[in-house]
Amino acid sequence: MNYQMESIKPKEVAHMKVKEKNKMLKIETDKKRLKKRLFLNQLFKNLFSLSVIFALVVLGILFYRIIADSIGWLNIKFITGNLSIFPEKAGIYGVIIGSVWLMSIVVPVTMILGVSTAIYLEEYAHKGNIQMFIKVNISNLASVPSVIFGLLGLAVFSRLFNLGSSILAGGLTMSLLVLPIVVVSSQEAIKAVPSYLREASYAMGADKWTTVRRVVLPVALPGILTGAILSLSRAIGETAPLVVLGIPALLLRVPSSVMDNFTALPIQIYYWTLDTVLTAEYANLAAATIVVLLLILFIMNSVAIVIRNKFEVKF
Amino acid sequence: MTNRIHETDRMVFDVKGLNLWYDQEQALKDINIAMEKNRVTAIIGPSGCGKSTFIKTLNRMVENIPSVRITGEILYHQQNIFEKTISVEELRTMVGMVFQKPNPFPKSIYENVVFGPKIHGIKDKNLLMEIAENSLKRAALWDEVKDRLKKNALGLSGGQQQRLCIARALAVNPDVLLMDEPTSALDPIATGKIEDLVLELKKDYTIVIVTHSMQQAARISDKTAFFLTGELLEFDDTKRIFSNPKHRKTEDYVTGRFG
Amino acid sequence: MSDREIDVREIIQNNIRNKKDIVNKIMPVFFFVMASVSVLTTVGIIVTLVVDAYKFFSAVGISEIFSTRLAPLRADPSFGILPLINGTIIITAIAMLVAIPLGLTAALYLSQFASQRVRKTVKPILEVLAGIPTIVYGFFAYTFVTPLLMSLIPALESKNALSPGIVMGIMIIPLVASLSEDAMNAVPEILKEGSLALGSTKLEVAFKVVIPSAISGIIASFVLAISRAIGETMIVTIASGSSKAFTFDITKSMQTMTSYIVEFTSGDAGSGTTGYYSLYAVGLILLLFTLVMNLIAQYISRKYREEY
Repeated sequence: MNYQMESIKPKEVAHMKVKEKNKMLKIETDKKRLKKRLFLNQLFKNLFSLSVIFALVVLGILFYRIIADSIGWLNIKFITGNLSIFPEKAGIYGVIIGSVWLMSIVVPVTMILGVSTAIYLEEYAHKGNIQMFIKVNISNLASVPSVIFGLLGLAVFSRLFNLGSSILAGGLTMSLLVLPIVVVSSQEAIKAVPSYLREASYAMGADKWTTVRRVVLPVALPGILTGAILSLSRAIGETAPLVVLGIPALLLRVPSSVMDNFTALPIQIYYWTLDTVLTAEYANLAAATIVVLLLILFIMNSVAIVIRNKFEVKF
Repeated sequence: MTNRIHETDRMVFDVKGLNLWYDQEQALKDINIAMEKNRVTAIIGPSGCGKSTFIKTLNRMVENIPSVRITGEILYHQQNIFEKTISVEELRTMVGMVFQKPNPFPKSIYENVVFGPKIHGIKDKNLLMEIAENSLKRAALWDEVKDRLKKNALGLSGGQQQRLCIARALAVNPDVLLMDEPTSALDPIATGKIEDLVLELKKDYTIVIVTHSMQQAARISDKTAFFLTGELLEFDDTKRIFSNPKHRKTEDYVTGRFG
Repeated sequence: MSDREIDVREIIQNNIRNKKDIVNKIMPVFFFVMASVSVLTTVGIIVTLVVDAYKFFSAVGISEIFSTRLAPLRADPSFGILPLINGTIIITAIAMLVAIPLGLTAALYLSQFASQRVRKTVKPILEVLAGIPTIVYGFFAYTFVTPLLMSLIPALESKNALSPGIVMGIMIIPLVASLSEDAMNAVPEILKEGSLALGSTKLEVAFKVVIPSAISGIIASFVLAISRAIGETMIVTIASGSSKAFTFDITKSMQTMTSYIVEFTSGDAGSGTTGYYSLYAVGLILLLFTLVMNLIAQYISRKYREEY
């Protein structure tokens, strides 16, 4: 050892010292870099969380503004009264009834069309071109802008079938608009029924329809209903197709049949918002109507969640 | 195959030259086998040997799989089940089936048992209740569930669920009971109960059971069929299969040397 | 076996033999007919748009269509579509400037940094944001965001492109966030763990592993967001007004394709006039825009599914 040490020349020692120093420096810079990297990590984590916080704050402001605007205007009289050009006299009873009438078309039409389509695609159709074609068609239909459905309704239901701006025309248009949602969610619900239940049924000598009706549909029902409610909540807030159909702004008569003209909650919000230029109080009326609309949506979604949690069978 | 038994009056199934393909792949090759009344026939063989396919052919459940092609015939009480005049629904009420995984419907115990009778048009409440009681008694489940017939069947234990599925199959009063590895999802105690039940049921029914377990086949079956890669390699009295098989491969399999 | 049980078998077999199997013949046909309604809807949309758009295109010259002058109700009407396309693109661009960075970073935060608890609370709230009807956003844009912006930018007009663009962007944040997050969550855990084990920070993993692996899903989410923005109607109709001028000034009112359709139909366009047919021409172009976007998104995400 000693001998070796002695044999190292002073020049080499100096060289080694430099190397050592460099190594130390490198560790130093590594430490610094690590600190910097950890700092960046923390910084960006916080920056990214700001995006989420921003979205939540906007949501908060939106609710706050709407509720604040509606205070003093949203009362029993507003809900039970009829429309009026005088803001302080206006009530939305007829508007709510209009929305209810609209749903009375949308619910049965979408349920029959949507669930049947899903049953066809999942239980009856052979895997092949027709099934594929219908599936692709539905997914494309889901992304067609709602205003286009308005144009379809205007050309076909309003003009061709001469239904005008009636509840029936609006309801049918809206049904086609939300049909893809019902189809897709019903398909999911039917797919989730384990195939061994179908096998059990067939092994008992059940035919196809019996199996679908007695085994598949009862098990899929909670999922189907959840999807149906979600599609309804889309239909009840959708505005553009109804505006295109020419639903009137100020309708003083409460509708009493599907052939009557009507107005609905989102339509009324639209016209009142536009007219705030003329009468500032219309903003309050619009806000109060929005609160009613959001409450209805809240209740519908709660019901959907309850159905999903309480009745869905876990396998 | 030379194992065919000619006791026509006692014959329940007589399978003749049965071939089956999934697409291009042949899953069953020239199967010839006869099954007698009130006997338990065990079907054994390694995974993928076609035993499950075979048992599902006996009640034509296999036809639910698309792209299945079948040749040959299966005589059930001397009638070919593939003939156009035979209704699949009727065949399946005569030839009941119990599956690998207990598959009760997510309905009440009562509704599960009376499912078959109900879908086949029996509406009389008293008769349905009687059927439910009889079937559950036969499946040795009555004492355990008689106080909770309206409770959901998914609340039962795995073994109870499987016996419920047996009761459900018995409710339409079949002639044959097909069992596709009925105990593979169950613990030893539940398995023992099902095995006892099979021995009890063979007094009234003809039973065909697919099993992975050599011991199970030895314990409960009268006849054993050994399937290998889609062929029926050997079919004989269970005792012979386990003590003195004709084929070397059968011996290797039952002694656990492969499989 | 008791006699009663023999009875059961006989009853059942008789019932099966006497069963009239009409239901099993009718139901498949019924379901097929119902399923074809969705196809009919598509056919209906295409036929109505194409037929009436054809009438429009044959009445109006090509050079007029590609002009910047849009004045459908004047005595000397002109149907230049460029103002509408311009308005649509500008408002969509503003919306994307809001939705893409915020949506993407929100997705990064939720999928890479947030705790399980935060994720479980935040995601349903974001879903609420996505479930609010667009008319409500329109009201919010017009009565709150526009006045707020006016106090910051005095030159801003009461109907302008900026406010609806921003609000639409906010509305689309959940769409971008949830679709991008799905793509990020689909990145195999083993890739991330490999990088984390080498001492990378989560940020480095996010940028060097997660984003590159999920890039096609992320881009698909952007494309779908664009398609959504192009088709969005009520926010722009309310807050951007109906100026048909061809301008790039986002402080001024602009009209999009969707709001043109709404304005024109609610304004009682007489059936059979060129103005009425122009609706369908605009509708057809709008449909083509969104259809192309969706095909692109489907193509991209199909490619990305093949990657794993």
